Amino acid sequence: MKELRNFVDKIKPNFEKGGKFSKLHSTFDAFETFLFVPKTVTNKGAHIRDCIDMKRVMIVVVVALMPALLFGMYNVGLQHFRAFGDVAAASDILGCFWFGLLKVLPIIIVSYVVGLGIEFAFAQSRGHELSEGFLVSGMLIPLVMPVDVPLWMVAVSTAFAVIIGKEVFGGSGMNIFNPALLARAFVFFAYTPFISGEKVWVADITSSKGEGLVDGFSGATPLTAISEAATAGAKSFDWGTLPMDSLIGTIPGSIGETSFIAIMIGAAILLYTGVASWKIMLSVFAGGYLMGVLFNLIGGDVYMDMPAYYHLLLGGFAFGAVFMATDPVTSAQTCVGKYIYGFLIGAIAVLTRVVNPGYPEGMMLSILLLNALAPLIDHYVVEANIRRRNRRVKIAK
Amino acid sequence: MSNIIKLKRGLDIQLLGAAEKTLSKLPMAAHYAVVPSDYIGVTPKLLVKVGDVVMAGTPLFFDKNNPEVLFVSPVSGVVDAVNRGDKRKILEIVVTPDVNQEYKQFEIQDLAKASRQEVIDTILNSGLWPMMIQRPFGVIASMSDMPKAIFVSSFETAPLAADLNFILEGQNKNIQKGIDVLKKLTEGKVHLSLLQGNEAAFNELNGVEKHTFAGAHPAGNVGVQIHNIDPINKGEVVWTIDIQNLAILGKFFSTGKVDMSKKIAIAGSELIEPKYVSIITGAAIESIVNDKSCKQQNVRIINGNPLSGKSVSKSGYFAPYSNQISVIPEGDNYELFGWAMPRLQKFSVSRTYFSWLMPSKKYALDTNLNGGERPFILSGLYEKYLPMDIYPVYLIKAIIANDIDKMENLGIYEVIEEDLALCEFVDPSKIEMQQILRDGITAMIKELS
Repeated sequence: MKELRNFVDKIKPNFEKGGKFSKLHSTFDAFETFLFVPKTVTNKGAHIRDCIDMKRVMIVVVVALMPALLFGMYNVGLQHFRAFGDVAAASDILGCFWFGLLKVLPIIIVSYVVGLGIEFAFAQSRGHELSEGFLVSGMLIPLVMPVDVPLWMVAVSTAFAVIIGKEVFGGSGMNIFNPALLARAFVFFAYTPFISGEKVWVADITSSKGEGLVDGFSGATPLTAISEAATAGAKSFDWGTLPMDSLIGTIPGSIGETSFIAIMIGAAILLYTGVASWKIMLSVFAGGYLMGVLFNLIGGDVYMDMPAYYHLLLGGFAFGAVFMATDPVTSAQTCVGKYIYGFLIGAIAVLTRVVNPGYPEGMMLSILLLNALAPLIDHYVVEANIRRRNRRVKIAK
Repeated sequence: MSNIIKLKRGLDIQLLGAAEKTLSKLPMAAHYAVVPSDYIGVTPKLLVKVGDVVMAGTPLFFDKNNPEVLFVSPVSGVVDAVNRGDKRKILEIVVTPDVNQEYKQFEIQDLAKASRQEVIDTILNSGLWPMMIQRPFGVIASMSDMPKAIFVSSFETAPLAADLNFILEGQNKNIQKGIDVLKKLTEGKVHLSLLQGNEAAFNELNGVEKHTFAGAHPAGNVGVQIHNIDPINKGEVVWTIDIQNLAILGKFFSTGKVDMSKKIAIAGSELIEPKYVSIITGAAIESIVNDKSCKQQNVRIINGNPLSGKSVSKSGYFAPYSNQISVIPEGDNYELFGWAMPRLQKFSVSRTYFSWLMPSKKYALDTNLNGGERPFILSGLYEKYLPMDIYPVYLIKAIIANDIDKMENLGIYEVIEEDLALCEFVDPSKIEMQQILRDGITAMIKELS
């Protein structure tokens, strides 16, 4: 360990002001603080400090994403082999995982390289330390992408999310919208055909031009299928094993969003460590469920009649509730605000799904909408605090 | 008796090296000093020069902005030095004490007959006025104000804090006299906050409104108590005084002598023998804590507690508002992959570490910042450590934006640095909240003047 420290100390002057590589100071600093917690001591205020820092917080979120990621990799392989009718390969868990790993890894690498590259450049130009926020965003972006998304599109959307979504506002902690969702929204609106419909959710369908697929194959996500059935005026919908499949996650969808169980393991980690707000998570689920129940009461088509809790299992609902809505920067900051914010996300997501047939997945836009409204919600909560304080003056007088 | 005020929010940080309840009387220190920067907003104008002979109670300087406010020598002796810094700023006025202490004799005032103004004049002349702290802003009280009430806390909850019950043993007579003085100063009530379970020690005190508190730090902070008893509104002023200083004030009104003797705790993981000592305010730190009393030499000495005290060198002097000196290890070392390690020897309120599994474990926390400064990212964390109806992050952001209206609306009148110290402690973004708050208060004072 000593040798490593000595080595770092030896090369450090090169990166400081006046050094050969002073333009890479932020980059060096990021790597140095990654290796060693700096020897900075407190000089103002509290002399002792809690040992938590942003690196610890962010790494916990990344760890919480691992179950969803690992299952996502497996599911990529599974969906692929099923689509091409390779029953033997589909039952080989490790084989499926390996196939998925090779498909997903490049997306992760592209997301991190592009995102961190931009972050390093901005940190350097501002003279700031590199913020850890992108460690999480860089993992979230691949998980909300369909597996067949072209890599250049991942790169472009990541760049958009980091620059327009985050850096123009001043970096991590200042952004209004969740960067990962912004990346997803960018792909969705800029390259709609690539991220919707029936072709993109299973690996290699686009490139094979549909050859070799099993008869009657539909790559549609369950949400699309239900939505289409409802629009066509179907009297009933064969749910089959869908609830169980979506619980486990063996359905087509974005890489990380399919398995309710894997996401819940992540949720458990986040809630247990207290990194994410249980208030938001709970109220998103409550909002979604109650909206579903409301539609059940109204009734009318298969979508409205769908048991309310299916909404929580299907699509990106759980993933959004656990990992996106709880982003502390873009969510509501106040306690009361969190309940309102979460509830509206859940309710609007389900509303969009059921009422708007052209748009089967409501979670992404619902969260982005509430990201925009969160400061407004907080404003009124804080105003209430100010009113309480001012009322005290009147009573005193 | 009054109801118990239970504070649910807060945190007791368990540190190693709490003071043992043994009292040693230290020999006279080689030097005593009054340090103007211990008093916020005071610009000193000297009344003595080097070589002058002074008694305990002789004024050394006054405040240029409030010439009535005198600062007196805590001991009798000879003015040894006036140490100056940049631009000839006066840093400290050092007095070498006599072997036998002489006290300037003041007239003993009959409180029953004296008017409010006469009592104020007496306190001003004795040099004890700077003990009166006003809220808002935590600065020396202005004698032209009529405080709505006066608040005294009888207990401290900060890490390694002195047990005031131990310190104040046998002082009830002086405290009672002090309370009688305070009652002359306000038309409102004098409030005394008690810690649940410790009420009996102050049973005999009367003329005060007693309130019993229960809860973790910062329950002992007088600001938190004010907020939960009778919060400060815009335009209102209340005064506070440390209870040991109140005893000194009471003693002065009984004897006519300024006797700044104090009992203080010296505590911290790096001390060989954490204990209570009796000293005189202004004593050289070296006479209290020196190389021999520490386990190792890379330490930080703090005038006050580790959350909101002021760091002081061994050549510094004991500050007037504090009842403790803390000695903790400096943390100026690198830690390989520290943020990824289990860190069983460090403390965190976050469950991302494991200290929550060992609630009774005590820690030797050092001064490492444990990370780099970042913008505010987490939410909902800070409120848990401030038992007030205030949104600390919104207040801090209003200060950073220098938005005076917002600061006022969000409660800047009700807090001083020590009240936000826990928020600063738990902050993963490592933002200097206490400093920002003081900057905001300074801006407010400027705006209102």
